[in-house]
Amino acid sequence: MFVINCPYCGEREQSEFKAGGEAHIVRPKQPTELSDDEWAEYLFMRKNIKGIQFERWVHAHGCRKWFNLVRDTSNDVIKAVYKMGEKPPTK
Amino acid sequence: MTKNLRVKTSKYIDETYKISFKFNGTTYYGYKGDTLASALLANNIHLVGRSFKYHRPRGIMTAGSEEPNAIVQLHKNSSRTEPNVRATEIEIYEGLEASSQNCWPSVNFDIGGINNFLSPILPAGFYYKTFMWPASFWEKYEYFIRKSAGLGKSPTEPDPDIYEHKYVHCDVLVIGAGISGIIAAKTSAKSGFKTLLVDEKPYLGGSTIYQNSEHFKINNQISSSWLDKEINEIKKIKNLEVKTRTSVSAFHGYNFLLARENLTDHLPLNQRNNKIRHRLLKIRSKKVINATGSLERPLIFDNNDRPGILLSSAIEKYANLYGVACGEKNVLFTNNDSAYETVISLNQKGINVEAIIDNREEIDSKLIKEAENNNIKIYKGYTVVNTSGYKRVNQVSIMQLSKDGQKVIGTKKSIDCDCLGISGGWTPAVHLFTQSGGKLKFRDEDQVFIPNIYPSDQISIGSCNGEFTLDEILTTTPKTLKEFLNLKKTDYEDLEIQSSFNKSKRNIWLLPSDKIIGKTKPFVDYQNDATAKDIKLALREGFRSIEHVKRYTTTGMGTDQGKLGNMHALGIISETAGTKMGESGTTTFRPPYTPLTFGTIVGRNVGEYFDTFRKTPIHEWHVENKAEFENVGQWKRAWYYPKDGENMHDAVQRESKAARDSAGILDASTLGKIDIQGTDASEFLNRVYTNAWSKLAVGKCRYGLMLNEDGMVYDDGVTTRLGENHYIMTTTTGGAATVLGKLEDYLQTEWPELDVYLTSVTDHYATVSVCGPNSKKIVSQVIPDLDFSDGSFPHMSFKNTKIGKIKCRVMRISFTGEHSYEINIQANYGKSVWEKCMEVGKEFNITPYGTETMHLLRAEKGFIIVGQDTDATMTPIDLQMDWIVSKKKYDFIGKRSLYRSDTIKEDRKQLVGLLTEDPKEVLEEGAQIVADIKSPIEMLGHVTSSYYSPNLKKSIALGVVRGGKNMMGQKLIIPMENKKINVIVADPVFLDKENKRLNA
Ligand SMILES: [Zn+2]
Repeated sequence: MFVINCPYCGEREQSEFKAGGEAHIVRPKQPTELSDDEWAEYLFMRKNIKGIQFERWVHAHGCRKWFNLVRDTSNDVIKAVYKMGEKPPTK
Repeated sequence: MTKNLRVKTSKYIDETYKISFKFNGTTYYGYKGDTLASALLANNIHLVGRSFKYHRPRGIMTAGSEEPNAIVQLHKNSSRTEPNVRATEIEIYEGLEASSQNCWPSVNFDIGGINNFLSPILPAGFYYKTFMWPASFWEKYEYFIRKSAGLGKSPTEPDPDIYEHKYVHCDVLVIGAGISGIIAAKTSAKSGFKTLLVDEKPYLGGSTIYQNSEHFKINNQISSSWLDKEINEIKKIKNLEVKTRTSVSAFHGYNFLLARENLTDHLPLNQRNNKIRHRLLKIRSKKVINATGSLERPLIFDNNDRPGILLSSAIEKYANLYGVACGEKNVLFTNNDSAYETVISLNQKGINVEAIIDNREEIDSKLIKEAENNNIKIYKGYTVVNTSGYKRVNQVSIMQLSKDGQKVIGTKKSIDCDCLGISGGWTPAVHLFTQSGGKLKFRDEDQVFIPNIYPSDQISIGSCNGEFTLDEILTTTPKTLKEFLNLKKTDYEDLEIQSSFNKSKRNIWLLPSDKIIGKTKPFVDYQNDATAKDIKLALREGFRSIEHVKRYTTTGMGTDQGKLGNMHALGIISETAGTKMGESGTTTFRPPYTPLTFGTIVGRNVGEYFDTFRKTPIHEWHVENKAEFENVGQWKRAWYYPKDGENMHDAVQRESKAARDSAGILDASTLGKIDIQGTDASEFLNRVYTNAWSKLAVGKCRYGLMLNEDGMVYDDGVTTRLGENHYIMTTTTGGAATVLGKLEDYLQTEWPELDVYLTSVTDHYATVSVCGPNSKKIVSQVIPDLDFSDGSFPHMSFKNTKIGKIKCRVMRISFTGEHSYEINIQANYGKSVWEKCMEVGKEFNITPYGTETMHLLRAEKGFIIVGQDTDATMTPIDLQMDWIVSKKKYDFIGKRSLYRSDTIKEDRKQLVGLLTEDPKEVLEEGAQIVADIKSPIEMLGHVTSSYYSPNLKKSIALGVVRGGKNMMGQKLIIPMENKKINVIVADPVFLDKENKRLNA
């Protein structure tokens, strides 16, 4: 079980959080203009990386805020945590 | 043949405190401080059980938690009975009753022992190969296997004990209180770290604490005396908590560990009542120091499993710690110096050692000299090739090893004995380290795996790190601690250490024999009866991966997880397959390190605390009025109210009829309620529901359908516009939390620019729903000041009003198809409003109804239940609810998916009504729907809802059928086990399609 540093509350047990899949997938502004394939790309296709992955998490049993997290999936080390709308760290 | 083999007092055994206990029905005596194993050995009992497969007699093998053989059942036929308890761990107490497992009728005469003679036809994979065919015989085989291969019996009565869970936070956790653990814990705590030291044993000091040899000294004191003083100082140290009888069972990522603290298992049964038995500690530690020690390896040779054959270190521990001789004619067999420590200890206690057989040819150390000086015969460069004695070893046969160690040469010699100690060197206990994700490396020189890469802030010290000698431990540990804890100095810098141990070792995984391997039984996994022969067979049959060999031979799959033999299995595999040790890795060690009781795992979450449940404010009324309840999510909802011995069917028929004939009342408080406010509230609803909301007037209600982005129906409910920028949304009972979570997700991540605030108010309101032709007469008496005329208060509208002085909201909305009102009032007043409705409704035969009747009434009206008539594959179009999907709105969640190539297919499963040819025949929910019974049968869909309607006087059902929309009036078949039922596809709205009742 991880300890996650919620950007609003600080360090809490993983059991207070819920994972929300890959981060930085933006809902298309004009879905009606997309082809089936383009829409399917947004709807279904997700990365499953062994290594550094950008993820969405929500502090479900806490402040209920969504935020982003950078995790190395090979060893579960959390490299960074940042608020929604903030730029992902480059290093 | 009971004898007393207690040799000399030990300070850990209180000989003034005699304890009587029973083993297999016979009463024996031991002393306070004894384990069941030490007390049995003191009574000269070695044979304690039978092996799993061959039912071979087995004895006590070790003196710790790694014990594979001596597992017993405690207090048979009592509610406190427990199987698979290691006799080497359980401390005896007055009244203890233990019995052997896995033998019938008795441990001395076991009918399954015949398997031993059948063993040539019981090789590895035997069960897989034989009992899987023919498949129809499996039940018979299974019965036979289970009866003869019992791993103890589980209790049949409720557990009388109490268990609990506790969260623990510390700076440094030290696992293991041997010499290195003690040093680490003291150093850590004295440096200001909040430290927790745990050890599975009841005493501190590990194996050093019973070393009484002049050969091991620290600052000129015998190592045990030096350590004693260190331990005595522990109590004075602040910041240091010590927990004995506490076994760490799991080491997870981020230094999260689970440990089982054993609080009462050493007490007589009558002293355990109302005490907590086991406490599961959920430990979060900033740093972890592994000081878990090491396990002695056995040696693998023919018949190495007889009672009386023990690990050499176990013999030493029984002598030094418990004052017990394991035999009177002892022989030691070793490939390293450790066995000589045992010999010296036995000598000190006056216990006879007949001979030492040492694999090594050239050996030289002070320990060996001392053994030689005591005139003990040492066979150098020899190996044991066989043993004899059925229920107790009585002889070993030895032969000389060839130079390369691959063969035996010369003539066979026999030595009589009643106890054989074996020592194959040491294996670091890296189980917890690898559980945490740590990576090992293989050290060639002494053939051990040691910690290499640490996944978290932790370190290993002492013998679990591959440091096996006193001087290694005492010089390395302080250095490691300084670095790990960032200290300038420790109290252990300039110790003067005297250690006579020589590290030389001659490692041969499978010792050679004068017989071919097929004729031998060299056991690798004692508990599961896996031999070296089985491993070689698995390799011959093509298995290469250690994980496959393990499963095929069951090596390492017992309750001991192969703590003793896993290394040998790896060694034999790599030797036979010609691979290099360490390259194929090890098997995975999984939690728990030692078995846990179910009580420990569940803690206090038993009985009514098993899961949280939620009650509505009107719950007590339902209980008083004998409602049956059903679980809906965590809610307890009134299901139906049986009267005068009615069964469910009769009650539901009566309730349903009353609701349509006059008046019914339902507790709808569990529906999810979300308060939505903000200047963009209407726009937000436009985006999350399929229909349009901007034009909904204040004071009006509207039904909405919510989709997932993939176009599938997710939730539904009525939302009411309370003000210009204020709505209240209702969700399904089960969907309340996830709908709120989903809406928050979109608000926070996709549309942060919207000015909208969501608040869950489900628990704030009680909801009383009154329906039926007389509902207006009833509700208008409860709220006399309100104008209930249809002009002022039409269907799908709402009023703010008061009952007495209490504000409430009344919605005229309906889930039954009847004229109905929902009164929403602050939760505390819910029960009184309900009772008021019942009181004034009496003259109209107002009838309380539960969820079952609600389901029936809405099915008559063709209203769907999300999750019953839908699964995650139904679009609104599939539900024939095209009317609710806005064509005008540019976008809403799921819109684009409604015209993907897959969702526009004509032959998707679509919701239809089903009427049975025989109106009395009620379909089974979940039954398959087909057009034709021919092979291969084509499944068109299934029944989702089905009832007998007392109002329509016929059976009605909803179902999903492939292409069902275009099948109106068509005949389909429901094939059942003994019959087929003919049905006609119909409109899903069975009653009042014109909504006359709603608007009446
Ligand atoms: Zn938070």
